[in-house]
Amino acid sequence: MSHVEYAAAMLREKFGDRIPAVEEFRGQTTVVIDRGAIRAACQLLHDDPRLSFDLLAALTAVDYWPEEPRFSIVYQLYSLQHNIFLGLRVPLLSSSPEVASIESVYPNANWHEREVFDMFGVTFGGHSDPRRILMPADWVGHPLRKDYPLGYEEVQFTFNAAEIDRRKAYAKE
Amino acid sequence: MPPTSMEVTVDELKHLVSPRALAGDTMLLNMGPQHPSTHGVLRLLLELDGEVVVTCIPDIGFLHTGIEKNMEVKTYTQALVMTDRMDYLNNLGNNLTYCLAVEKLVELDVPPRAQAVRVILTELQRISSHLVWLATHALDLAAMSVFLYCFRERELILDLFEMVSGQRMMTSYIRPGGLWRDLPPGFEDAVRRFLKAFPARIAEYESMLTKNPLFVDRTRRIGVISAEDALRWGLTGPMLRGSGIGLDFRKAQPYSGYEQYEFDVPTGTHGDTYDRYLVRMAELYQSVRIIQQALDRLPGGPFISSNRKFVPPPRSELGHSMEAVIHHFKLWTEGFPAPKGAVYVATESPRGELGCYLVGDGGPKPYRVHFRTPSFAHLQVLPRLSKGHFVADLVGIIGSADIVLGDADR
Repeated sequence: MSHVEYAAAMLREKFGDRIPAVEEFRGQTTVVIDRGAIRAACQLLHDDPRLSFDLLAALTAVDYWPEEPRFSIVYQLYSLQHNIFLGLRVPLLSSSPEVASIESVYPNANWHEREVFDMFGVTFGGHSDPRRILMPADWVGHPLRKDYPLGYEEVQFTFNAAEIDRRKAYAKE
Repeated sequence: MPPTSMEVTVDELKHLVSPRALAGDTMLLNMGPQHPSTHGVLRLLLELDGEVVVTCIPDIGFLHTGIEKNMEVKTYTQALVMTDRMDYLNNLGNNLTYCLAVEKLVELDVPPRAQAVRVILTELQRISSHLVWLATHALDLAAMSVFLYCFRERELILDLFEMVSGQRMMTSYIRPGGLWRDLPPGFEDAVRRFLKAFPARIAEYESMLTKNPLFVDRTRRIGVISAEDALRWGLTGPMLRGSGIGLDFRKAQPYSGYEQYEFDVPTGTHGDTYDRYLVRMAELYQSVRIIQQALDRLPGGPFISSNRKFVPPPRSELGHSMEAVIHHFKLWTEGFPAPKGAVYVATESPRGELGCYLVGDGGPKPYRVHFRTPSFAHLQVLPRLSKGHFVADLVGIIGSADIVLGDADR
């Protein structure tokens, strides 16, 4: 059993049916986790000396609109000691795009979660600084959502700004 | 009366400054985004007690260009050009990371010659990126001549890039499956000439800085971060190695045949600005070593995969092969499809771990591309590094983090 499989098995043992699936693709393992268990799972992966995933390498999201569950929050953890990556994936329904923040386990999740909030509108419960990070603070809408258009926007001038604004349905959610 | 925009900004950040700022005991000072020592467009809101930094709140996004969103509407090949524009000191490294992700997603093999050339070019890129870092870092600390010396050598490397790709910076030379073209005649000799001259130049920079009391005073015990904290905050690359953890993805998870080359991973001990300087200087020598080895055993053979489902056929085939014409047409009009699934690839950029998370949906365009960029991770730790230091040292700390705002904001 490779160490990645061992980590996945340990998560399964501990969280049981809150882990609906373990995905294998191109030699990479991604554990699908129920959103309620993500913080505890990260805590276990970080603290347990047999696992010791000490680096949160990446945290991002994917929007599968119009499919459900719409969002996937994806975590990439790296273990220095065992030299392995482990992916975690938390599916979220579009009706409640919310998940617990893992900032208490991996402090660098702070900015990554802010980016996901900024780009996808997913909120992180217990986040210490839930602001936008890349877009201006007064921006409306979340650009990386699939229903957010790319380009082909009418240019707004002072004389027609309000009129064009009224036609922009996506910015008004 | 409506509040002015400045007050709104400070109001919004109220929870991040100390209570003393609200009482008026400390001063809030805006630094950037147009400040020359912020290495691009970084804005910092500083809370100062006299000259000492109490808190520093980075405000990024001024260079956000929606690269990840833009890539979603381009084919896998077209999307490659966006990666050049991300970290503009590591263009070939970005090309490589993205190509490795695409190749992993569609299971495409890369011929050995292309692998070796990729290593040579990305190591040259590492040297040129470190030269810009050294130049600006030294300039921030008032060492003007180092700046001029470093840019002199960087030009030589950019000339090499121009030789292979026709472009100094926006190269797009590394393509899924291999390279755009084979190396031009004279390239190997040009690189050898550079390698011969360069180590003496590194010694020249070192003689100007390493034992220079002015430089050492401004960098030693400045911006210290311990090994545990560095890991907790997701630091990688020279930032992590400066604190004594020798994580280098070229060694830990080799790609492009890095396992064939002998090189050391330099580490520091104190985790301060000076140690990060030493680590990067030592890396210059290691890059020279790697390029030397790769040049010495540069294999012959094809420079790009011959899998016609992903790689367009050469021009010479189009005249006599109907199949080649079909492949050419298909690949340049609709591109190649990639299966449903997601891959994550991590490489060692000059700044740290550059990761690419790529999601395919069965179509010819990436469904989602995310770049985990080292500058983003390193900027986040700036408040910790700068706490309790003078404003003048803050400039040195930003320099030692070696950030590129195009990399942080994407």
